[in-house]
Amino acid sequence: MNTTQGHWWRSDKGGQWLISAIAVVTVIVPVLNMAVPEDSIFHLSTYAVSLLGKYLCYALLALAVDLIWGYAGILSLGHGAFFALGGYAIGMYMMRQIGERGVYGNADLPDFMVFLNWSELPWYWLGFDSFSFALIMVLVAPAILAFVFGWLAFRSRVTGVYFSIISQALTYALMLAFFRNDMGFGGNNGLTDFKDLLGYSLQLDSTKNALFVCSGLALIGGYILCRYVVSSKLGRVLVSIRDAESRTRFVGYRVEHYKLFVFVLSAMLAGVAGALYVPQVGIINPGEFSPINSIEIIIWVAVGGRGYLFGAVIGAVLVNYGKTYFTGAFPEIWLFFLGGLFVVSTLFLPKGVVGLVKKRSIKRQGSGGAKEEAVIETDDQASSKEVSS
Amino acid sequence: MSGSLRALFVSFLALFIFSSSLSVNSFAQEVGFSDHIAKLAKSKLREKVGLISLIAETKDPRVPGLFQNLLSGHLYYVKKTGLIVAVEKTESGYLASDVLSQQSLGVVGKRSVKKIGVNNALRRQLRSYIATFDLTSDDVSTRLGAAKALLKTPQANFLPILEAALVDEADAGVRSAMVVARSAILLTSDDAEQRLVAVNGLREATDKKVATLLEQLLAEDQAGNSAEPDERVRQAAEEVLGSLRTQARIYKVVEDLFFGISLGSVLLLAAIGLAITFGVMGVINMAHGEMIMLGAYTTYVVQLLMPNNIGLSLVVAVPAAFLVSGLFGVIIERSVIRFLYGRPLETLLATFGISLMLQQLVRSVFTPLNRPVITPEWMSGSWEINGMLSLTYNRLYIIFFALAVLFLLIQLLKRTFFGLQMRAVTQNRAMASSMGIRTGWVDAMTFGLGSGVAGIAGVALSQLTNVGPNMGQAYIIDSFMVVVFGGVGNLLGTFVGAMSLGIVNKFAEPMIGAVLAKILILVFVILFIQRRPRGLFALKGRFVED
Repeated sequence: MNTTQGHWWRSDKGGQWLISAIAVVTVIVPVLNMAVPEDSIFHLSTYAVSLLGKYLCYALLALAVDLIWGYAGILSLGHGAFFALGGYAIGMYMMRQIGERGVYGNADLPDFMVFLNWSELPWYWLGFDSFSFALIMVLVAPAILAFVFGWLAFRSRVTGVYFSIISQALTYALMLAFFRNDMGFGGNNGLTDFKDLLGYSLQLDSTKNALFVCSGLALIGGYILCRYVVSSKLGRVLVSIRDAESRTRFVGYRVEHYKLFVFVLSAMLAGVAGALYVPQVGIINPGEFSPINSIEIIIWVAVGGRGYLFGAVIGAVLVNYGKTYFTGAFPEIWLFFLGGLFVVSTLFLPKGVVGLVKKRSIKRQGSGGAKEEAVIETDDQASSKEVSS
Repeated sequence: MSGSLRALFVSFLALFIFSSSLSVNSFAQEVGFSDHIAKLAKSKLREKVGLISLIAETKDPRVPGLFQNLLSGHLYYVKKTGLIVAVEKTESGYLASDVLSQQSLGVVGKRSVKKIGVNNALRRQLRSYIATFDLTSDDVSTRLGAAKALLKTPQANFLPILEAALVDEADAGVRSAMVVARSAILLTSDDAEQRLVAVNGLREATDKKVATLLEQLLAEDQAGNSAEPDERVRQAAEEVLGSLRTQARIYKVVEDLFFGISLGSVLLLAAIGLAITFGVMGVINMAHGEMIMLGAYTTYVVQLLMPNNIGLSLVVAVPAAFLVSGLFGVIIERSVIRFLYGRPLETLLATFGISLMLQQLVRSVFTPLNRPVITPEWMSGSWEINGMLSLTYNRLYIIFFALAVLFLLIQLLKRTFFGLQMRAVTQNRAMASSMGIRTGWVDAMTFGLGSGVAGIAGVALSQLTNVGPNMGQAYIIDSFMVVVFGGVGNLLGTFVGAMSLGIVNKFAEPMIGAVLAKILILVFVILFIQRRPRGLFALKGRFVED
């Protein structure tokens, strides 16, 4: 489905559309919020800006998952862990920014540590006073975890469902760990009551709009990066790993190195998504590590269409819009709907919404498209054979 | 005809003789008992001391009950007639019964009766009499219980009773309990020799209370002076205490082991259904936890349907839960999973969706709150082996239950025709199909079996944990860990995996805390899979790689 190198950008029609759409949204939403007067029907509430910003973070997270699941066949049921780690890293920085404005007025310690009678900051909190250090940790913390976990797993050829299950166990173990007060991450309550970021109050509309723009830019940047990776030679090796891992190994590629690289990259993207998400929602707690969150990410990708990149973005926005709507309008139905979505999309939409649209356009276009469809079909069969081993 | 008439006549005769001899025997007692009792109403506290002794001497079978009532303040007299009644306070009022005839008089007005008062001296007297009755009871377990109760509250005034009872005691177990109780009382004696004898008498004891008593004896005040002045007694006490502590450590290990095995059994029950659906069929069933949940809710519904037979309800719930969860399993297999064979990742997602829907279904039908499931009487309480070790019945039963389920399943797989078909389909579907096995039917039945077993696990778990919509979630990851750790496709591996994870968890818990122990286990399994990707007992042979 990808054309030759060098043209990677021009051939990605769906991606061009998507990037343009995100760029337009990134510009227009802050304008509608800040410049349009409140009584106008075109005015967008600040709540909506934050909500859309949240969707963009989710979209980036879904992109990260699609990179490994759609292109390398790694189904991680623990990607929420990397998202949460990125969120915790930025949350720790914002906790330090509170300073003396906390309930206990202690400039040296966050409130929850004062509450637990801790006398000094634990060593792993050192350095989080600095924004640049926190930014580095947003990338490094998920990367280290992904590297260690991935190195262990891929080296001993843990694949398929086994990998899925132990990645789920990983995020579950982290959730239990972060729930403990002794860990020094705020326990049950997590990190919250943030005041400002880089000196700008989080309450201000302008800060929220700035965060929204950052999320949009991050998503665009993330998309371009992912598209570049999957269109490169490395991306082609990844696809061949997805479709026939053993054969790729026999041909002479070090499969585990490729998988490890893309897994760590994906974890870093998820970390960035988490770091943008936390300032916009104002809290990070161990619930973000819960296995169900990680599985929800998978369904975003599955609904949108696995292995297209832009499908993941569309799926994340669609499903989360559905979630916002249903949990507001019919809270009872939401889980039925979400559950049904899982079943329907696996049974009837193996290629997601994007696959549905593509099929139609291929039928209209005739013979040229039919060829491409054939390619997709063989991909499907090959991957199912490989996975079942 | 004539035979039955004669039998009737004989039995009549026997009844007549028996009842008349009984009434003659008890006649003398009856007079004394009723006379003394009648005086209880109007006598002063001082006079009651003598009166109670007199009543006790009648040795009437009604005396223990009477004293209990008097002690607990449930003995009243009717103001008008002076009749002594035992009163039970119920919501509708005072439910009185005649002490002499033991017959209920129905509800009486609160004003028409007056309590028979006792003071502390009387209470002490009553208690010692009750202890005497219990210690000389004909029932061995009553005597044992009384001796153990004396150990819990050793008081010097019980010493003579205990000594007297000890002389007549024939049962060895009760005797040793009495000796320990006597020694515990003697520890507070003023005579150092007696205390020494007492400490030596405690050598045979296995009870936490004894250790506490000895620690009190050896306790030092701030100046470093021991509460026990005599050097020999101190030495002996330290010796005994040392051996007691060693015993305590040993029993602690036994107890940890028991808790570990019991947790292992819970894990085994939760995972064994998964060992069939995942291990044998290769289907990743994320809705497995919800099958457990359905079983637990079935228990709840069964108890609602038969509220008068809670004891029986669990026995009924086991097959009911098997059918309910099994039925759901068959429906899920036929409607969703059969389209996804050979695509495990898609199966995982679809079954996860089903699990969400089942959770919401239960929330909508039964509310999101936890449902109360009653523990029947035969499951509650504990088996007290000695003063240091007692095992709760519910955990004990669950261990046996889990083993029974495992045994039955292995038999089903190995010895029945269905088991044979099942193994044939899982090993080589195409070949089995060409041999005439209806693979679709076998798939549905196998999945139903795995789900049904999960339902049975739900019945057992309803006795240990809360029954709520999220209960399945708590077990799904653990179950997968057990199956993967033990080796996929191997029920015995599941057993070993569950037991080792359970025991390691319980031994780690006191050292590092429950949550950290759990995290450690998860990390351990994650690392273990790296080393042995196919579990402890990996399948060997040709079909490993297919």
